[in-house]
Amino acid sequence: MLEGILIGLQTAFSIQNLLMVIGGCLIGTFIGMLPGLGPMSIIAIMIPVAISLGDPSAALILLAGVYYGAIFGGSTSSILLNAPGVAGTVATSFDGYPMARDGKAGKALTIAAIASFCGGSIGAILLMIFAPMLSSVALLFHSAEYFALMVVGLSAIAAFAGTGQVAKAIMMTLLGLIMATVGEGALFNMPRFTMGLMDLQSGFAFITLAMAMFALPEALYLVMDPNRSKSGQSGDIKDLRITRDEARSIAPVIGRQSLQGFFIGVLPGAGATIASFLGYAVERNIAPEKEKQEFGKGSIKGLAAPETANNAACTGSFVPLLTLGIPGSGTTAILLGALIALNVTPGPRLMVDDPQIFWAVIISMYIGNLVLLILNLPLIPYIAKILAVPRNFLIPFILFFTLMGAYIGQNNATELLLLVGFGICATILRFADYPLAPLLIGFILGGMLEDNFSRSMQLYDGVSFVWERPMTLGLLVIAALLVILPSYRARRARLRARGVADGD
Amino acid sequence: MALDRWIGLILLGIFAAYGYAAWFTMDGSLAPFMQRNPIWPSTFPKVLSVLGILVGLIIVLGLEKGDKPREENPSVIVYRQLREFKLGQAGLLLGLMVAYALLLRPAGFIIATVSFLVMGSVILGERRWVTMIVVAGVATGVVWYLVQVVLGIFLRPLPAFMGI
Repeated sequence: MLEGILIGLQTAFSIQNLLMVIGGCLIGTFIGMLPGLGPMSIIAIMIPVAISLGDPSAALILLAGVYYGAIFGGSTSSILLNAPGVAGTVATSFDGYPMARDGKAGKALTIAAIASFCGGSIGAILLMIFAPMLSSVALLFHSAEYFALMVVGLSAIAAFAGTGQVAKAIMMTLLGLIMATVGEGALFNMPRFTMGLMDLQSGFAFITLAMAMFALPEALYLVMDPNRSKSGQSGDIKDLRITRDEARSIAPVIGRQSLQGFFIGVLPGAGATIASFLGYAVERNIAPEKEKQEFGKGSIKGLAAPETANNAACTGSFVPLLTLGIPGSGTTAILLGALIALNVTPGPRLMVDDPQIFWAVIISMYIGNLVLLILNLPLIPYIAKILAVPRNFLIPFILFFTLMGAYIGQNNATELLLLVGFGICATILRFADYPLAPLLIGFILGGMLEDNFSRSMQLYDGVSFVWERPMTLGLLVIAALLVILPSYRARRARLRARGVADGD
Repeated sequence: MALDRWIGLILLGIFAAYGYAAWFTMDGSLAPFMQRNPIWPSTFPKVLSVLGILVGLIIVLGLEKGDKPREENPSVIVYRQLREFKLGQAGLLLGLMVAYALLLRPAGFIIATVSFLVMGSVILGERRWVTMIVVAGVATGVVWYLVQVVLGIFLRPLPAFMGI
């Protein structure tokens, strides 16, 4: 492990990769602040750039930097404008925006920066400890277990979708899976579901789909609903310092939320949003009565908790990606797609085959956090100025970048028509409250899921692998429970509310 | 019926068509030696189509109930807001994107992009022509330089009839 860390240090501290981290963090922060653009859209836009770098470690480092920057940028717009660009920073606006209104915007941003830094760094340390452990367990897995594990991952994503949403999330996952079967698969060498169109022979391009699912609907929402992009006052930002007492009161919050956020992030489907809301709720519940009153009115604890938790969760979400090759969130799914495009297969073999990539990413997370802290603290007043970019200029540019991203990836104008078509479908799906991340995760995992399924079928000459391998059976049972339990519990809660006695 | 269930119905149709292809038409062209294989190209799609139709039915029939009353369902709310949305602008911008896709090759990158950015701003109500053209021109130049020179991906800068 020490050897790996040293290789990682060497890779991460090369001039090129340091520039990647710094550049990524800056780009992420600036774009992340624009209301309506979340990390998924930004990463989707940056993928063509990352892929054409050619070097997988540099590409992943750049994208990880963008990811962190975007999360931090999202907090900035939540605090200053009460316009969270990302679901993960909604909880930040609960206490951050009241602080900004009281003229304590500078202090709020400083607390957000420090809390993010601590959450991210502690998360990176935990990642360093847990990822290799999980990797060595994962090496015992065969195709059958991988198949089952991916089913668990996909059902967990659906199960965390919330009550009343499970069926929709499963539907989207399945839609992603059938989209992955379009084109020529590696195992069969015959085109499937192309409807005779040559352009579909190689399947749908992942970048096009990512742009169409995230960047385009957000841009269209900005067009259709002007209130979403209303720019507020940029105002003067002063008084960045926090006092010793304040530091003392938020320190335990940061400690607790780093741990909690990280472990929530590790779970597939949970991610930064749930981590931040849960972090906020937990801290409010355990706070003394007097401080509890302040939550929602500008409590520094209420700001530090979701900020720490969402950054720690972002780091945590890299654990399943790097060790099992299974993305837990939309963002890591996009990262997985980028890695596959660069001919790197994340999974337990990653640590053995490409240790420099594995460790360089982890090391660059520390650097990224440090860069964010150093660059952003003095830049905070200037960063806020970007919020003044008029939307009449902003929106055409966002649309243009989505078009360019799809075009550069494939060098094919048909791709642009597909982008617009999928973009319209995605916007309608969003209207109807269908979650889009499961679709992309299903699309990305689809190929691997089918390959592992086919391989196990061939090895066992049928579906007998399901009951002949206990671990596979166990995982599939867990997957089934994950899907059924939320509906069962919701049903029981409804029955109880109606006064019907419980069966048990 | 709310929008989400209508969409559920459309998705159900997609899965039915997909399932029809997987169950009935795909295996016809399968080579005889592949038929001995335990797994066929249509096996996985068959499983997916069955699952998709089941879940689609659950959505269409409204079997899964949320804990909120239907009126508070975000999709119902958005549906109602639809009239306040600027659908015209969004439609025009989408049309502009299609035009860009069709014109990118014939008109060349520079003309297509500058007009896309300017037209996009115009659709959104911007009327400062000089600023728009300067911003669009500079951005186009920078992006073209980055893509063509730095990334080394060919982008035809000028219209097709003017040579490269």
